[in-house]
Amino acid sequence: MAIGPALNLRIVRQQFGPTAAPLFGLLTLNVAPGEVVAVIGPSGVGKTTLLRMIGGLETGYQGQILIDGLPPDKAPPPGFVFQETRLLPWLTVAANLRAVRPDMSLPQIDALLNRVGLAGTAGAYPRQLSGGMARRLGLARAICVNPRLLLLDEPFVSLDPAAVLDLRAVCLSVFDEHRPTVILVSHDPADAACLADRVIILGARPAVIMADVPLSPAAKQRTASDVDRLVRRILAAGPPVAPKVS
Amino acid sequence: MPKDPKPAARAERPTGAWLEWLSLPLLLAIWQGLALVAASRFLPSPVLVAGQIVELSAQGHLLTDFARTLTRALLGFAAAMLLGTILGLALGRNSALDRLFGPWVLVGLNLPAIVVAILCYIGMGLTEVALILAVVINKTPLVITTIREGVRSFQPDYDELAEVFRLPFARRLRLIHLPQLMPFVMTAARTGLALVWKIVLVFEVLGSDGGVGFRIGIFFQYFDMTGILSYTTVFVALVMIVEHGVLRPVERRVVRWRSDPP
Repeated sequence: MAIGPALNLRIVRQQFGPTAAPLFGLLTLNVAPGEVVAVIGPSGVGKTTLLRMIGGLETGYQGQILIDGLPPDKAPPPGFVFQETRLLPWLTVAANLRAVRPDMSLPQIDALLNRVGLAGTAGAYPRQLSGGMARRLGLARAICVNPRLLLLDEPFVSLDPAAVLDLRAVCLSVFDEHRPTVILVSHDPADAACLADRVIILGARPAVIMADVPLSPAAKQRTASDVDRLVRRILAAGPPVAPKVS
Repeated sequence: MPKDPKPAARAERPTGAWLEWLSLPLLLAIWQGLALVAASRFLPSPVLVAGQIVELSAQGHLLTDFARTLTRALLGFAAAMLLGTILGLALGRNSALDRLFGPWVLVGLNLPAIVVAILCYIGMGLTEVALILAVVINKTPLVITTIREGVRSFQPDYDELAEVFRLPFARRLRLIHLPQLMPFVMTAARTGLALVWKIVLVFEVLGSDGGVGFRIGIFFQYFDMTGILSYTTVFVALVMIVEHGVLRPVERRVVRWRSDPP
């Protein structure tokens, strides 16, 4: 199975408008193929902007981002999960998937939906899905575009604790199956402690990497006490972030 | 499994929907009552008008006149919708074009329909082309304005979605832009059709050699109220058929994804 691509970021400067304070000064980050990296930090530090830069949605920066040696606009499109799901409300669940992968057959769609816990929903409209189901569909859409590179922007925000646990389990199983390179943006150290191989803590303005914390054991082998220990370690390593109860 | 649809989606028919079926018979009954009370040749009863409709149909005038008016209205409507949609899209997406040509649209919106018709007739003679062109000039600014508003209301989030997943232009248009635009297209079609019917009739009275407006003009010269009401009744029936047989089903299909019924 093809493992995810390597990411090499060297951002020299990123600012919105000539008079605004720069969001990023010099920031360098290298991500190994198949690595799951969580980016955490306080609101407004630039986590989502960083993700959008990797996804090719932000282009007005100085520096270079390479995905397996290619700039974002030349690399295959990433599997992007937006914070607000951005499902197309006028299309059914199956049509939302076909919108980004028109060659998917119905059995493939059913298999993918089954994979993310949405069996039997192919004909439903997004308004008929709960918040957790909509997020699963967002993840399924990302997987069907590109299971090798997943860019996840706060994929668990606004979900109840049970739904967060369910969706984390789905993510773990997807990571295990496809071995993608993943950038997971989150406010919550617990997300990182459950899913990531490594945590990048962003802080200050312009944003810098305050801490780069490798996490072990491997995510799928972690017990609840491992997760608690890793959360404490993440909190101790960086600036204050607001942990959520989940 | 999908969660239960919201209560609004479960509502099968709004309360008192049967009142809509009672509406037109009530109007006919009131008309009949007034005709009986007035007992005047200037207010013929619906029964008399119905008889006249049958007679005119048998003579062949009615069908021929409606065919001509319908053809003119549909041609003008289709041309105005096509042109207005293209220009509305251009002005909605390009602010420089909008600044340059926006005032033209405003002028177009405020041009009296009758002035446009007279100018077209003077310039091109009393021809079919002049009549249809006058309809298009009158209707197009309204379509442009509606479509431009629709384009301005596009969700940038969906544009980003298309961008990050590299959707080709045709698929963006079909899956992202058209669904957002369709409610505005429907509004433009509905208001536009209502406007086109009326102005075609006025233009036909002003200068044509056939059609509903032309015939009503002749009835007017003879103060033939029964003839005028016969044509008007058939005309209103035709508009209702288009509304219930075409526009509403199309609208229901376009917005079926919404939880609230149209």
